[in-house]
Amino acid sequence: MFFIILHFIIFLAMPPFFIGVINRVKSLFAGRRGPPLLQPYFDIIKLLRKGSVYSKSASFIFKIAPMLILTSIICAGLLMPLTGDSLAGFSGDIILFVYLLALARVLTILQAMDVGSSFEGMGASREAIFGSFSELTVFAGFVTLGIITRSTSLTDIFHWGHALKEPATLFLFATFFFILLAENSRMPLDDPNTHLELTMIHEVMILDNSGPGLGIILYASALKMFLFMALTALVLLPNGDLPGLMPAGFLLLKVLGISIMIGVIESIAARIRMIKIPQVLIASFVLTVFALLISLFERGMI
Amino acid sequence: MKKDFLMIRNSAAYLTEAVPVIELEAFRNKIAEFCNKADGRIVALLGKKENNESLRIFTVLGSDSKGELYISSAILSGAEYSSLTPDLPQANLFERELYEEFGIIPKNHPWLKPVRNSAGYEFYSLAGDSVHEVAVGPVHAGVIEPGHFRFNCHGEKVFNLEIRLGYQRRGVEELMLKSKPSLRLVLAESIAGDTVIGHALAYCHAIEALADRQVPQRGRVIRALALELERVANHVGDLGALSNDVGFLPVASYFGRLKAEFSNMLLALNGNRYGRGLLKPGGAAFDLDNELVKNFKIRIERGMKEADEITDLLFSTPSVLARFEKTGVVKTEEARKLGLVGPSARASGLQRDVRCDYPFGMYRFKKIIPVKAATGDVFARARVRALEIKRSLTFIDEALEMVPREKISISCEEIKPSSFSVCMTEGWRGEIAHIAFTNERSELSRYKIIDPSFHNWPGLEIALKNGAISDFPLCNKSFNLSYAGFDL
Repeated sequence: MFFIILHFIIFLAMPPFFIGVINRVKSLFAGRRGPPLLQPYFDIIKLLRKGSVYSKSASFIFKIAPMLILTSIICAGLLMPLTGDSLAGFSGDIILFVYLLALARVLTILQAMDVGSSFEGMGASREAIFGSFSELTVFAGFVTLGIITRSTSLTDIFHWGHALKEPATLFLFATFFFILLAENSRMPLDDPNTHLELTMIHEVMILDNSGPGLGIILYASALKMFLFMALTALVLLPNGDLPGLMPAGFLLLKVLGISIMIGVIESIAARIRMIKIPQVLIASFVLTVFALLISLFERGMI
Repeated sequence: MKKDFLMIRNSAAYLTEAVPVIELEAFRNKIAEFCNKADGRIVALLGKKENNESLRIFTVLGSDSKGELYISSAILSGAEYSSLTPDLPQANLFERELYEEFGIIPKNHPWLKPVRNSAGYEFYSLAGDSVHEVAVGPVHAGVIEPGHFRFNCHGEKVFNLEIRLGYQRRGVEELMLKSKPSLRLVLAESIAGDTVIGHALAYCHAIEALADRQVPQRGRVIRALALELERVANHVGDLGALSNDVGFLPVASYFGRLKAEFSNMLLALNGNRYGRGLLKPGGAAFDLDNELVKNFKIRIERGMKEADEITDLLFSTPSVLARFEKTGVVKTEEARKLGLVGPSARASGLQRDVRCDYPFGMYRFKKIIPVKAATGDVFARARVRALEIKRSLTFIDEALEMVPREKISISCEEIKPSSFSVCMTEGWRGEIAHIAFTNERSELSRYKIIDPSFHNWPGLEIALKNGAISDFPLCNKSFNLSYAGFDL
């Protein structure tokens, strides 16, 4: 019972904090003091207390999409071993995990197209294309992890504790990190701070959302980002068989480290051209295939 | 050429009756010939109602390499003539403006539509299954001026961009004629809020030329300092905005701070960060004292060092160069055909700078070395700005040593009757032209304003051709044109 509550506290309460950390790192690099670390919470709370404005052309899909997106991401979170074990893990849950996130993506795309704005249609088409590349990589990555650890549930995969001895995991860390940036509309693939609709990917799809709907979507994005950060951290440094509270504590530290890394990367490089994004995503897929080949080769399976 | 055109100097007054009047069709052919064969371009093409209600069309042509300005005119008898645009694309906006203001119809104009009015405006539209249109503006996501951008795209690729402006039409040219002389300066300062000095200077030149008065050298130095400070502040701001658009934050905030350092120098000079109220016909309204000169020298030196460091960082970051290079290319030939001016023209390999070609004020005595780049992409436009910052700061630094002891202004109240004056200055966006005519009673009878943006907006449309729609904000920022200056 304690671990169930802890899992929910970590998963539902912590994610916006890490966005605050990223923003703080970026502010420091830009020579600014930056917003408070808890600003993302304030923003979400502020939005939840506002009223909503709906476009005349929006149907019911647009209205229910934010809740559905949040629900599917929370469900995905139940499969993630945040405290050492996941809450609802089972053998083969990696497939459900990926598809729950894909469901959230599809819903975001649908609600973007629902309002019929040309901006949002453009963002939806970008998201669909780039998403199809990154899903491929995520699956290839999970297959590789599955081969290395001989299991297909996230809990079992990350119970195995000798990641650093396995060269393939270094590749996987790199690709998962890229996917983390791509999936969560971070620099250098997307710019979460821009106000220029024509260059946006994720932000442009939620231009029509307002009030609680927008608040829920921002919250869901924070949760999704936290899941990806946890995943990336666990690929490099899995929990192993640490006792008690240690996996949860270490995980938060690792995620903090990843947040700082994201902040630094966003500060020291310019955004890449939109046309080059598929190339980057394909490159990370190729890297994953290398990881797969290495792990197969080591085990004499090819 | 000799008898059809009157050769004039920048910021000097001539009698209107000295301008040759030639036959309309010959007038049109001469313009086309001058611009297409002799490396010339249209500085201005404007209509003016004569006393007997007939319409006289004036043109000011410039030959930048020779530094020569010509003016000629024709009386419009019918309401039709053969369009210049097919032979000379840079005439397009001018002809559409004449059509809008006076109803003059150029025969065989490819697509005659209003420039600033919305009535009767039609957009270019591509047909096809997978072609989609994206409409941006006139209300934008940032706090910027209103303009409408219509893209015809295939996926991410832009086939055609059409820009429609006119949302801020205030009728400045008409207001100039109606207002009291004391208010005209304020009007000139408000033509484009970020080019206060540039436009005010052109207006002052016009009044001084018509009054036939010479500004004291001390006044000229102060004016040149202000013009260069305005240029530096805006160029620094643009480089910061360009870095921000590619998401390179540290440089963006550094430039943002640096911009304020230069605006603050204008503030120290006359109490306004944009230099409002600094100039007046006859000279400057605020003086420099020795204390301020010393202080400026220190601030310029520090500013130069910081600008150097930060531009080095910007141009040595590979990810920034990857975004800037080969984005939004305007080839030299295209820039020439469109008659671009200012940094946008210089970035496309055209050596055009009013300060060198048709020097005015202090630039007659102290030369400024012009800057040029060849590639015509966002990188070139950024690079030209970075180099101009350097040149302008050096210029200011040297000019501060050359402040003579004398009055800063003289009075100029009486203006000559039946005269005109063509006054061009190089604002930070490029060539600003003010053309003032007076009637027999020494009142202004026509005041024509041409902001550099009027020449340059078509450049942005060309820069986006076959480019990526996601690169539009970056290209737009690299031109950074004025909406208000265009709309007038």
